[in-house]
Amino acid sequence: MSTVGIVIVSHSAKVAEGAADMVRQMVGSEVPLAWCGGDPSGGLGTSVEAILTAIDRAWSDAGVALLVDLGGAETNSEMAIEMLPADRQARVVVCNAPIVEGAVIAATEAAGGSSLDVVRRTAEELSPQ
Amino acid sequence: MDRGATLREALLKAVAETIDRHAEELTALDQAIGDGDHGINMKRGFEAALADSANLVPKPWPDFLKGVGMTLVMKVGGASGPLFGTFFLTLGKELPAEPGQADIVRAIRAAIVAVQARGKSERGQKTLLDVMIPVVEALEAGEADLTRLVGVANGAVDATKPIRAIRGRASFLGDRSIGHIDPGARSSALMIAAVAQVLKEVA
Repeated sequence: MSTVGIVIVSHSAKVAEGAADMVRQMVGSEVPLAWCGGDPSGGLGTSVEAILTAIDRAWSDAGVALLVDLGGAETNSEMAIEMLPADRQARVVVCNAPIVEGAVIAATEAAGGSSLDVVRRTAEELSPQ
Repeated sequence: MDRGATLREALLKAVAETIDRHAEELTALDQAIGDGDHGINMKRGFEAALADSANLVPKPWPDFLKGVGMTLVMKVGGASGPLFGTFFLTLGKELPAEPGQADIVRAIRAAIVAVQARGKSERGQKTLLDVMIPVVEALEAGEADLTRLVGVANGAVDATKPIRAIRGRASFLGDRSIGHIDPGARSSALMIAAVAQVLKEVA
């Protein structure tokens, strides 16, 4: 079974890249990992196109977990998931978790070989219930 | 160009122009209660759709609307891309190639339901839905007078002022969102007015 992939989607490319650096340093490189940040003109925001590319880069048959920051990042991520081919849609989830901590925890769980569902639940335990 | 294509071109141009003309106003509204990018985002999206006009306009209504929706999804950035994009995508999915008035009203309602699902929102939360829902309700009640429909939309924009935002960035402000017009509501009403103006001219 392959390892669940992690995608970090922030309004800011710097935040996304920084969170990805932390995942790499704390978890290592066996987890497929991609990030994106910034709107289509390079300002703060998110882009469906960039999210689709990031999902593709982090693709794993075990699925991909997305960690997102504020509102539009979530809406754009959900839109991107719906635009994936049907057989991939069910294997991509948005985790309701803080972006930095969530990415590190999700990647740690993924590196241990957990399923997409477990990866998501572990990340979401960080959110206030 | 056939009559449909002429109308599609006029509608796209009118909507893109009104967004362009009001981009600063929309941004100012968004600076008050959001992150100040609504005007520039919407402008970028419709500029991209307009730039693709020669490709989009000859397509039949369903494909034209889906094309506009997809351009907004890809180019707007921010939550308004998927929200307005979903509106146009769903209109395109729901409309037959030669839509009649009943088809149009039904498709608008379906598009609003899709926007509600996309934004996990409902009426009364200080969003574009607070304009779209009263307008579709008027249409469903048989209102066909374009000037009155625009009046419904504009009245609904003002009615977003006293609402406390529950969805989107404005919700972070809590009570401080009260007293400001919702930018998405305003851009919805601008688009409705632009469409009405074109329809009046061809009528």
